[in-house]
Amino acid sequence: MTGHARDPGLQPERTRLAWRRTALALTVIMVLTVRLALTGDVAGALLAGVAVVGWGAALRVCWRRATGSGPSGAYGRALPLVALATAGFAMLGALLVVRGLW
Amino acid sequence: MWQAIRRWFDPRDLRSVGSTPDYRFSLANERTFLAWLRTGLALVAGGLAAAQFLPPLPLAHLREIIAVALLLLGGTVAVRAVDHWARTERAIRLGEELPASRFPAVLALSVGLGALLLVAAVLSRALGDR
Repeated sequence: MTGHARDPGLQPERTRLAWRRTALALTVIMVLTVRLALTGDVAGALLAGVAVVGWGAALRVCWRRATGSGPSGAYGRALPLVALATAGFAMLGALLVVRGLW
Repeated sequence: MWQAIRRWFDPRDLRSVGSTPDYRFSLANERTFLAWLRTGLALVAGGLAAAQFLPPLPLAHLREIIAVALLLLGGTVAVRAVDHWARTERAIRLGEELPASRFPAVLALSVGLGALLLVAAVLSRALGDR
């Protein structure tokens, strides 16, 4: 248990900061997606709305993990959820790019 | 495949194997996952930026092809990141060898190959304009 004594809380801190950096990256993605979606029609506004809602949900997951009780090592659903949010943004972006061709 | 996806979302499934490791190992695994996820997010951001900030390219729809390729690559990186995280965590709990993966090499090669193709496209355009 000396290992624990030599680790004055920095590992949990680094993990929390990693979650915050991920939340920032998600925000950049959301802004770029909204900019691509808004083409002045109703469908574009709806797709932009989807991006904002998805971003809000993903940010909530990141925030809970970043401010949680720390080094529980508990396996929440946070990791698969943010991965699926990222894949969702990739799919939404591909849809918007293809839509722009018409 | 659905079973694997259900496993990612079920914390009890992971907790049921092996013994709980030193939390620092779990946190390091989690940070590695997040680093991969940000790699995927960067690829997605690159795709979104290519779609709206590149001028139309001489080859038909090349801009859109670049954008969709980067977006799909980013999504793949994210999904693979969570799968690798779950397999690594399982190995740590069981005290086994960490899972080996060819994915980093494949990703590096495909990004490098894509860059080479774009260099060729830019050069052929520059030479064609003369």
